[in-house]
Amino acid sequence: MSEKSREVLEEEAKALLKDSYTAKERASLPVQPMPSQDPKQRIHNMDEVALGYTDSQALLEANRCLNCKNKPCVEGCPVGIDIPAFIHHITQRDIKAAGDEIAKASLLPAICGRVCPQENQCQLYCTVGKMHKDIDQSVSIGRLERYVADTLAKENEQSVAKIAPPTGKKVCVVGSGPASIAAAADLCKAGHKVTMFEALHKGGGVLVYGIPEFRLPKAIVARELAKLTAMGVDIQTNFLVGRTRSIKELMEKDGYDAVFVGSGAGLPKFMGIDGENLVGVLSANEFLTRSNLMKAYDHEHALTPMPQISKVAVFGGGNVAMDAARTALRLGAQKVSVIYRRSENELPARKEEVGHAKEEGVEFLLLHNPSRIIADESGHVKGVELLTCELGEPDASGRRSPVEIPGSETFYEYDTVIVAIGNNSNPLIKMTTEGIETTRKGTFVVNPDTNETTLKGVWAGGDIVLGAATVILAMGQGRKAAKAMNEYLAK
Amino acid sequence: MHRIIEKEQLSAEVFRFKVEAPNIARERKAGQFIILQMGGDYNERIPLTIADADPEEGTITLIFQAVGESTHRLALLNVGDSIANLLGPLGKPTHIENFGRCVCVGGGIGVAPLYPIVKALKAAGNQVKVIIGARNKGLIIMEEEMRKAADELIVVTDDGSYGRKALVTEPLKELCSTWAPNLAVAIGPPIMMKFCALATKEFGVKTVVSLNTIMIDGTGMCGGCRVSIDGQTKFVCVDGPEFDGHQVDWNNMLTRLGTYKSQEAMAHHRCHIDLNIEEGKA
Ligand SMILES: Cc1cc2nc3c(=O)[nH]c(=O)nc-3n(C[C@H](O)[C@H](O)[C@H](O)COP(=O)(O)OP(=O)(O)OC[C@H]3O[C@@H](n4cnc5c(N)ncnc54)[C@H](O)[C@@H]3O)c2cc1C
Ligand code: FES
Repeated sequence: MSEKSREVLEEEAKALLKDSYTAKERASLPVQPMPSQDPKQRIHNMDEVALGYTDSQALLEANRCLNCKNKPCVEGCPVGIDIPAFIHHITQRDIKAAGDEIAKASLLPAICGRVCPQENQCQLYCTVGKMHKDIDQSVSIGRLERYVADTLAKENEQSVAKIAPPTGKKVCVVGSGPASIAAAADLCKAGHKVTMFEALHKGGGVLVYGIPEFRLPKAIVARELAKLTAMGVDIQTNFLVGRTRSIKELMEKDGYDAVFVGSGAGLPKFMGIDGENLVGVLSANEFLTRSNLMKAYDHEHALTPMPQISKVAVFGGGNVAMDAARTALRLGAQKVSVIYRRSENELPARKEEVGHAKEEGVEFLLLHNPSRIIADESGHVKGVELLTCELGEPDASGRRSPVEIPGSETFYEYDTVIVAIGNNSNPLIKMTTEGIETTRKGTFVVNPDTNETTLKGVWAGGDIVLGAATVILAMGQGRKAAKAMNEYLAK
Repeated sequence: MHRIIEKEQLSAEVFRFKVEAPNIARERKAGQFIILQMGGDYNERIPLTIADADPEEGTITLIFQAVGESTHRLALLNVGDSIANLLGPLGKPTHIENFGRCVCVGGGIGVAPLYPIVKALKAAGNQVKVIIGARNKGLIIMEEEMRKAADELIVVTDDGSYGRKALVTEPLKELCSTWAPNLAVAIGPPIMMKFCALATKEFGVKTVVSLNTIMIDGTGMCGGCRVSIDGQTKFVCVDGPEFDGHQVDWNNMLTRLGTYKSQEAMAHHRCHIDLNIEEGKA
């Protein structure tokens, strides 16, 4: 985040560039801020907020990396990208080699570079950050990853995947989110005929219907799907597995030799408090889907209506809540409050997004928990009642759990409530498939080494296994399952 | 892409399309519905009930009323045109068994989804009496088909321009008291279903209704379709669309249906201008 323009940041970085640095010089190079759209302007458009590093910024930031022998950052990467290696290629100005290095472990760098919670992963372990005793001083690994992916895309320099000769085996993947994209790619490369079934009319899963354009441009997701099509994956939209066809029929009648299920965690949770079905209460999924998938933010053209919003309360503190709050601002809300029952330290959202939300004017009502939603005479939301909380002992998740203070109920005026407290797994496949076991939470039970489900020939990965998790974990699971499927199909 | 192979205008604002959709035709059962989107980035997703299907031919029949901008645009399509996106079959099928005596009530466009249910109930060995109603004669649809499928057909109109001048609830109450049906099925405008459920409640006749809430995805992902059933929140697209009419919180459902009224009124106005349909006629 920076108030300086991209041009100024480029000049400043350029001035510090040298052919070589002493260890001391390296350690004192300034962290390169992300060039960003001005908060006052960006709340009036849907364009991407973070604009991406300039060439000199990327070079300078890459030079901050100490290229540690023990590579602590790699341990923090859920898919084990050789981070120092790809960053070293950037310092050598060989972006193609950097891209090839990333591609060994990750299929979606342009996406993960933008949406990974780096501060809890690679950047948490970075020696440079440790040295400064400040995680904000860690090498900006995610931004560099994005730089590499975007540069190569711009130059049309992505390596074309090599595809093995046809095996004669037919497989399908259910869903088109990151887990399924990764699985489809690896299955296709092994020479199998791959069909992807997606329920919605557009592919991409949460990357398309959930995460807004201003954080992840939809053209990037479309590019990944186009790559799959170019490889030979048949993407069939408007196909709801379990209703349009059951898994059993797909395997027994339609001849699929193996199935990967990446159906995500698309079942919005509600709080179960009074007033949740009033007019003006929406799940974040509904609000975001209207805006992102159905393009309802574009009043001029879109036929899907958006509620008229002015004072918006968002319940929850994760990425979904930040996305909903920031979308609400862009749709013209006068006031947007994120209502979260713990304190700032516990906010599960990416730190960068919390920062963006604050810059844009989102209010944070921390240590508050909704107790009911109150209606006017017409059945429309007129406000919420909140209880104040204190932090008590740490709970199972290790976070200090909130304790409501009795009698602290206070009324706050809002006309719209967006419930963003998380998602459970969609039960449809479980309901329509005999033999798939699920946990108490509804996630699929899988073999942790292979991601095979309890039904022979069926694998699963991503949010349907992990519960609402992250893009990188979903991608990693898709690849792990595909590897096991490829072994199974080779037998 | 789903080609339209037949188009018929059933009344001033009601259309019947036969559309190629082999996957849906093969799997669908009475009571299920589809979601349609006419391509591009900006079109709405519209839930429509399936009035009939022919698995051999690979077609389904959709009957819809041109009420808003999207359905007006749909009505402008012709034989040979294609619908880009068609998802289904959605929702749980109607629970069919031999209940004995069944009374089926269809209001307006609700007669269309009622038709496959009547046929399925008949096929399961039930005696089926059907009541169909509309505002006026021009809006009565599928009378012939229903007459063939049912043991007895009663037609009513609000204004008496055809059949008996009554609301559907009148013959429904009469049948409840004289014929003691084991099951009632009511499909139509929400307000009609609400009053049918109230009418049968007095007689203790179990009543199934098919709810037509606001929907987006139709897969259980958004919760926009949620209703309160016996105090519990249910998603119409996956838990329904059919529910026990005596357990539906009708007032909440009716209020929620009105969420986008002001926006829709504007859109309706806009589409009348766009499509050159005379205001007040459609
Ligand atoms: C608003 C929002 C913001 C987020 N922000 C971040 C972030 O910043 N960083 C991050 O790492 N993670 C983020 N996440 C989480 C991340 O998006 C998910 O963990 C990830 O997308 C899961 O991938 P997946 O492939 O398992 O499933 P999904 O992306 O959920 O895709 C599942 C797909 O399967 C389809 N489907 C479901 N059932 C069926 C069926 N029966 N038949 C056919 N298709 C079906 C669905 O329509 C959907 O398209 C966010 C999530 C949301 C909702
Ligand atoms: S329509 Fe979205 S959950 Fe039912």
